[in-house]
Amino acid sequence: MLVVEDVSVHFGEKAALDGASLEIGPGEVVALLGPSGSGKSTLLRAIAGLETIESGRILFNGKDLTGVPVHERGFGLMFQSYALFPHLSVADNVAFGLRMKNVADDDVRARVAEVLGWVGLEQFALRRVDRLSGGEQQRVALARTLAPRPPLVMLDEPVGALDRMLRERLVEDIGGLLDREGAAAIYVTHDHEEARAISDRVAIMRDGKVVQSGPYQTLATAPATPWVTEFLGVKPRT
Amino acid sequence: MKARSRPAGTALALGLPVLFLGYFFLYPLIRILWLSLSGEGWTDAFTRPRFIEAAWFTLWQASLSTVLTVVAALPLTWVVSRFNFRGKALVRAFVTVPFVLPTVVVGAAFLSVFDAGLWALIAAHVFYNVAVVVRTVGGVWSRIDPTMEDAAAVLGASPIRRFRMIVLPLIRPALASASAIVFLFCFTSFGTVLVLGQGRLRTLEVEIYQQAVNFLDLPVAAALSLIQLATVTAMLVVSARTQKRASALTLASETRLPGPRPGGQRRSAWAILTVSLGLLAVPLIGLVGASLAGRGVGWRSLLTDTPSAVDPLPAIANSLGYAIVASLIAVVVGGLAASWLSDHGAGGWFDLLLMLPLGTSAVTIGFGFLLALDRPIDLRGTAALVPLAHALVAIPFVVRATLPLLRSIKRELREAAAVLGASPARVWREIDLPIVTRALAVGAGFAAVVSLGEFGATSFVVRPASTTVPALIFRYLGRPGSSNFATAMALAVVLAAMTAIIVLLIDRVRGAETGMF
Repeated sequence: MLVVEDVSVHFGEKAALDGASLEIGPGEVVALLGPSGSGKSTLLRAIAGLETIESGRILFNGKDLTGVPVHERGFGLMFQSYALFPHLSVADNVAFGLRMKNVADDDVRARVAEVLGWVGLEQFALRRVDRLSGGEQQRVALARTLAPRPPLVMLDEPVGALDRMLRERLVEDIGGLLDREGAAAIYVTHDHEEARAISDRVAIMRDGKVVQSGPYQTLATAPATPWVTEFLGVKPRT
Repeated sequence: MKARSRPAGTALALGLPVLFLGYFFLYPLIRILWLSLSGEGWTDAFTRPRFIEAAWFTLWQASLSTVLTVVAALPLTWVVSRFNFRGKALVRAFVTVPFVLPTVVVGAAFLSVFDAGLWALIAAHVFYNVAVVVRTVGGVWSRIDPTMEDAAAVLGASPIRRFRMIVLPLIRPALASASAIVFLFCFTSFGTVLVLGQGRLRTLEVEIYQQAVNFLDLPVAAALSLIQLATVTAMLVVSARTQKRASALTLASETRLPGPRPGGQRRSAWAILTVSLGLLAVPLIGLVGASLAGRGVGWRSLLTDTPSAVDPLPAIANSLGYAIVASLIAVVVGGLAASWLSDHGAGGWFDLLLMLPLGTSAVTIGFGFLLALDRPIDLRGTAALVPLAHALVAIPFVVRATLPLLRSIKRELREAAAVLGASPARVWREIDLPIVTRALAVGAGFAAVVSLGEFGATSFVVRPASTTVPALIFRYLGRPGSSNFATAMALAVVLAAMTAIIVLLIDRVRGAETGMF
């Protein structure tokens, strides 16, 4: 469904992505795992169209996305900082993407209510977003991302800013929601447990490249390089 | 990312404010400096006992007022920032009321319950500034994790030691910065001193006014203005430093607060609330009461023509008109400046230039206008000077009120909108425009409040035919007779109500709870 082919992005001299490749099938959940600065967020931004790529290409359902502006790609991206719109209520934040697609008002209302129900925030619909706790903001951001039914959802460390207890519960919730929507997803994290729990497949990034991808178990039992072995913290079989 | 460059817009955002402040602020200051060098201005300012006395009085009344404000405000700050109770939002709003009242109204309110004099003045300063401490210090105190105090208690610390060893060190930077602001307000106090001092209490600010207007000793007035400017600027720099340190303190987000524990704690919390709010209410009730004295003669005289005086109704219309014009000017100049600052970062020479009018006493601004604005067109006899002076005083407030809102439009918000399907034009309409509009509305509200209450600069540039409400209140207070007094009180109530309405509107637009300073 989505094919990332040998994509490079530079920030000045520095290569943020250096020939990264990745494939995702329909409904597949891929965890993008790697140390900080390895290019995980940049890869998401490149797929969303927020970064200009210098070489390589990105295909979606066989169509080259080069030159397609961000707002016409129709993907979902949940920002690490949530990027909620401070001047809009919870419901208006969630409705934003639907309104951009010119969905009829009644349908917008129904969908917003449905999605807010999933994340347990129905009673917060009219609240201002800056009055919410961190966990509540996170769920609004998730609801806003899922509401327009994007075929591909990208989540950039969606639970990174929250405390441990909350995190485990939310990771489960997110997994459930992705299943329900049947959307393909890329889930960026640097937490191995999280990656294992949520994904069908894990892709490991280092220095702007995807060095190996496969089910977590496969990576753990057959790491491609000594670095992957060390990164995953598994002892190679002797 | 591609940085959008808009050279024409940038030039306008920088150029217009620089031109405005250059002509209406820096140029008059230079004229004041020039004037101070002619004659014996500086020698007089530093040697004549009258001025040394005024400087000394300014300093100690400001220090005393500051200390008493902190002492009066701390118990209330404790209750408001440590406990949750019904009506807390209302209490907070009520505490802020004195701060937004025009200084002449505060003076009039205290005249309605006290005899004029030193203690009335000090009390008025405390009344006016309690809000500064409650809001600045309370903002920090409410975010100190209460379990720290519990931990100290378990380790054997008494309530007083818990305050001294845990709370005080944490709120100290906020306390220092609040004290600096309070000191600054008391140091440059003008309208309140003029009303409550009856000519006997003279701060530097009053002295500048009297030398320039009553004694026509302009070089001395000029020298005193510059001394005042230097002192205030130095204090602003110090307070900005402490504020920076205060914000470096990392704090928990506001924790959910309990109600006061039954027993001693609840009793003392209620006692503090009752006494503090009661004291704050006294001058306000006194003001309304005094306006009703003599079977409403004050209110009736608002509506009838009085042959001897300027009519109150035209003054109210004037004040509203000035407020509208001044906020338009301040929003255009301040809004452009804020947009430049939000793109290029604050802290440079431009930021300093924008904040300088805040450090310049209002009297100095009025004095400078009268001295300097005769070229290229002579503006001095025209009513235009009043809204221009108001706009100048208001610009720093507009910049500070709009900047955080403009800054909240981060690149990520635009990106998030684009990912959700908004075209660039749609992003501008859905994200930038509503936030900018809100910012400008808030800025305009602040400018209108400043303009309605402005008295220091106005007292220099206003003409009897085009007078403002604060200036008229002052004139009525200066006239003998109880009916004139009642009229002044009624006018003060009207002005307070006009201010309150605008403040409520600002709160509605802004929504979030942020400080005014």
